[in-house]
Amino acid sequence: MLKLLKHFGLYFIMMKKVITIPEKWSAFRKQFVFELTKIGLNSIGIVLFISFFVGGVVSIQTALNLQNPLLPKYLIGLASRDSLILEFSPTMISLILAGKAGSSIASEIGSMRVSEQIDALEIMGVNSASFLILPKIIASLCFFPILVILSMGIGMIGAWIGALSVNITTTDFLYGLRYEFISFYITYAIIKTLVFAFIVSSISSYFGYHAQGGAIAVGKSSTDAVVYSSIFILVFNFILTKLILA
Amino acid sequence: MIEIKNIEKYFGNNHVLKNVSFTFERGKTNLIIGESGSGKTTLIKILVGLQNKDQGTVLFNGEDVNKMNNKEIRRCRKEIGMLFQGGALYDYMTVEENIMFPLNMFTDKTDDEMLERVNFCLKRVNLKGKNNLMPSELSGGMKKRVAIARAIVMQPKYLFCDEPNSGLDPNTAILIDNLIQEITEEYNITTIVNTHDMNSVMQIGTNIAFIYKGEMWWQGSKEELIKSKNKEVTDFVFASDLFKRLRRS
Repeated sequence: MLKLLKHFGLYFIMMKKVITIPEKWSAFRKQFVFELTKIGLNSIGIVLFISFFVGGVVSIQTALNLQNPLLPKYLIGLASRDSLILEFSPTMISLILAGKAGSSIASEIGSMRVSEQIDALEIMGVNSASFLILPKIIASLCFFPILVILSMGIGMIGAWIGALSVNITTTDFLYGLRYEFISFYITYAIIKTLVFAFIVSSISSYFGYHAQGGAIAVGKSSTDAVVYSSIFILVFNFILTKLILA
Repeated sequence: MIEIKNIEKYFGNNHVLKNVSFTFERGKTNLIIGESGSGKTTLIKILVGLQNKDQGTVLFNGEDVNKMNNKEIRRCRKEIGMLFQGGALYDYMTVEENIMFPLNMFTDKTDDEMLERVNFCLKRVNLKGKNNLMPSELSGGMKKRVAIARAIVMQPKYLFCDEPNSGLDPNTAILIDNLIQEITEEYNITTIVNTHDMNSVMQIGTNIAFIYKGEMWWQGSKEELIKSKNKEVTDFVFASDLFKRLRRS
């Protein structure tokens, strides 16, 4: 319990250092663009690949479970749409990004810590937490929603192809996709994604920033970053769903 | 000049530094020597502000660090250059970007002015023309020299070197030692070197502090060090057979 409180304390102390006005905007801009590429652009491929196939599987499984002739065929499109928008794209993609971007953030900052690069920044008088972590958080907040929206779109294309493979017509599938569409679900998904983006980038940075020792410590920080980011994503998924949808 | 007075540091129940006082003089290569685990690195980290002390005073040119506000501490830090044991170069930046980094962050110099200063520092450490190499393409000695160039690019008043020779061959080690001494004398700065390499001590040690089990055990010049009768000092200095033979002769 004490250890947990210590972690929370250190996390908030670090965040207090992170959330400050950048010392030099040109340096911040450069770091921000660098992080956008690393965290965002480099994750597009994996997000599109996973979303397409999961979308396909969701529609096939829904079709197999709704084989009752009394149920309309368009339900496959509707169910696929809602599962992708409400849960798969924001939550599952964030969990995947916790694995990809989160571990990369933690190992990068952890390596800098153990090789004294962070100490070198501090000695120069640079606020190392803000310089290294703030661009990562802002880049995540900017790019995670784009990735999630892309995931929704590609997931639905996957779902459509999946539906075609189980003899659901394009007309039925598209009717289901549009049927009683609630646009607020997109807003809800984006709100969740923003919270998850903050969780992944800040928790991963925390574990990297506080790594102590050598290569093993960097590996541990990377693992802890993925584990704790995933736990907090699932906890906040529950809290946000209860607060926003229930 | 840096003065430390009655520095105390504990890690839990472990009393790491015990009432340590010393004066690091300007224009001289001040050495902190002692066995591994004697508290040298802790002392240097306290001096540069990477670690807090439990008691005592650190004075930079007479200014008490304890009484400085955040702005003054940051100003003071900009007057410090540090050479880390492993170089601590930013591995995603080229040599030029590494050296230019402090100028970029803290000065309003134009790109041309910054490049001119970088090239001057690279020439000073005998690495002219290596601007576009990445740290991974450099040898250990070259990394140290780039780190020295980065440490002096802002024309610091204080230069700290943490075991500058570790992992280097004897020739490169002498080259780095000489470079540190030349820079110290040329810019008249206060240089503090943390080392347990006796070759280094004999090469550049003008003002030496010997720390033993966290205490300031002995201080003096390299000539006095050789003649010292203090048992702990002689055990440390003449640990190797070569030095023992030299002493007998």
